Amino acid sequence: MILKFDIPGDDFTRAGEASSAIKNKLKQTGFSPEVVRKVSIAVYEAEINSIIHANGGTITLTADEEAIVAVIADTGKGIPDIEAAMREGFTTACDNIRKLGFGAGMGLPNMRKYTDEFDIQSKVGKGTTVTMKIYNKQE
Amino acid sequence: MNKPIQCVVLDEDICNGCIHCIKCCPTEAIRVKNQKAVITPERCITCGECIRVCPSHAKKALRDPLEIIDGFKYKVALPHPALYAQFNNLEDKTTVLRALLDYGFDEVFEVAAASETVTEMTRRLISEKKAVLPIISSTCPAVIRLIRLRFPNLIKNISPLYAPREVAASTALLAAMNKTLMPREDIGIILIAPCPGQVASVRVPLGFEKSGIDAVIAISDIFPKMPELMKNADITEAIGTQFSIAGRVGASWGSTGGEAKGILSDNCLSADGIENVIKVLSDLEDERFQNLDFIELTACPGGCVGGMLTVENPYIARVKLAKLRKYLPVSGTRLDDIEINTLFRDGEIEYLPAFNLSDNISESIRLMDELDEILKTLPNLDCGCCGSPTCRAFAEDIVRGGEGKCIYSLIKGT
Ligand SMILES: Nc1ncnc2c1ncn2[C@@H]1O[C@H](COP(=O)(O)OP(=O)(O)OP(=O)(O)O)[C@@H](O)[C@H]1O
Ligand code: SF4
Ligand code: SF4
Ligand SMILES: [Mg+2]
Repeated sequence: MILKFDIPGDDFTRAGEASSAIKNKLKQTGFSPEVVRKVSIAVYEAEINSIIHANGGTITLTADEEAIVAVIADTGKGIPDIEAAMREGFTTACDNIRKLGFGAGMGLPNMRKYTDEFDIQSKVGKGTTVTMKIYNKQE
Repeated sequence: MNKPIQCVVLDEDICNGCIHCIKCCPTEAIRVKNQKAVITPERCITCGECIRVCPSHAKKALRDPLEIIDGFKYKVALPHPALYAQFNNLEDKTTVLRALLDYGFDEVFEVAAASETVTEMTRRLISEKKAVLPIISSTCPAVIRLIRLRFPNLIKNISPLYAPREVAASTALLAAMNKTLMPREDIGIILIAPCPGQVASVRVPLGFEKSGIDAVIAISDIFPKMPELMKNADITEAIGTQFSIAGRVGASWGSTGGEAKGILSDNCLSADGIENVIKVLSDLEDERFQNLDFIELTACPGGCVGGMLTVENPYIARVKLAKLRKYLPVSGTRLDDIEINTLFRDGEIEYLPAFNLSDNISESIRLMDELDEILKTLPNLDCGCCGSPTCRAFAEDIVRGGEGKCIYSLIKGT
């Protein structure tokens, strides 16, 4: 199963639409509630990041009986220091964004926490790609 | 215990196969087949939306007839607080309770009184951190059925306590047995309920083994009998007895926000109306709320005053309830009066995966791909003429082995 979504970069009211759609489909496919929950939380964080920090992007999700792999890619401004960005509480979100309730600097740390494999590639001026894998069999 | 329950009775002669109910069902449980609505019981959460929306009134909410009370030697009424909100210019709920006795009940015990006990115990669970926070109220049966069907991750958040109607039932039964020394089967514990969901929860309990309620009659059925009885009700005799015991906290449970208010915490959330409830549960499941203690969710708009078996417009009922509440003491019952252990449910709530395309993941994935292929060939108008609520649901029905035709494609000849 391959699911593809475009994330519009300019519309906050639609933030979370793609991760909701993914959640609903996975629920019907018999993955355990725990697996679905992890995927849903992690993809939502990545989706929001691409809206807030990168003017939108795409989600590609592949699911088979072994695992679910989600790739969230954008062509935004990129992250200069990935190690810093991965730290809990690190954020570059402006006051306006923080007023909306985002910008706690917890997105990337949560993505890593909720997934079994996590990879982030980013080039300044080129864009960011987050790849996350969650195994169907949780220990 | 995953037994399905049907809480809606369809009059096949009246149902003309229109598509209103299939469209409004929050779990897509209804299809129109051979021009009649058919409900899949596993998916039905007993919310009553389909009854509300049916323009021909072909759907009736399940409940027991009023006459059922005649079958018991000693009859105890458990009025839901939404009952108080049905009457004009009611200043003292004692009048309603007295009228119930005059109607033929031997005893009344307010569900609102048990609500106060449950409220106090819930507060204790929160402060002593003895439950998974936020606690989701276990009161609305439609919400509980929705959670076990669509939000399995939140089952652990459902309150470990019985709903007030069950607490009221056990308290009232004990009192009646002590007073009358009659055997159990002679005593009838009769709930006067606002909705078919509560009827279903008594017949097929979820989260506990057996209901203590023997029959459920509707607020809307007893309502027409009440005004006359209330006019003649002599409440002097009732004053000073342990009769109208519930205070403001308990009476508030009849409408949205009332239950949460009693928790006395700033970190409570209340939502009403099934679509809003779904949104809250979905966000909660994704951990988008932080630091909440308690969540009150009611399937009906306005809370239980909006139940399918009530009469008054829910928003007017809410005002009436607020007025009535003003003159009541804050709370009339205290927790130490009863055994704390009896407040805890004696059963688990299990996930009911009724939406899975197959038991097997690879097969499900294959079917999901097939579903998406079929969906691409459909017009995506969601017209409902095929009998399924949306084009997607139609495609799902086909991959599940159902039969049917897209009417639009037939007309267009594609
Ligand atoms: N797709 C992206 N493109 C550009 N910068 C990004 C992207 N994702 C993350 N960042 C940078 O990494 C920082 C940390 O991201 P993280 O998601 O952890 O926190 P946040 O988005 O700032 O706040 P929160 O996720 O808690 O709302 C961001 O503030 C931003 O500077
Ligand atoms: S009662 Fe609610 S869930 Fe059940 S069929 Fe009607 S609308 Fe659907
Ligand atoms: S909100 Fe109250 S009346 Fe409506 S379904 Fe739930 S319990 Fe019944
Ligand atoms: Mg973020």
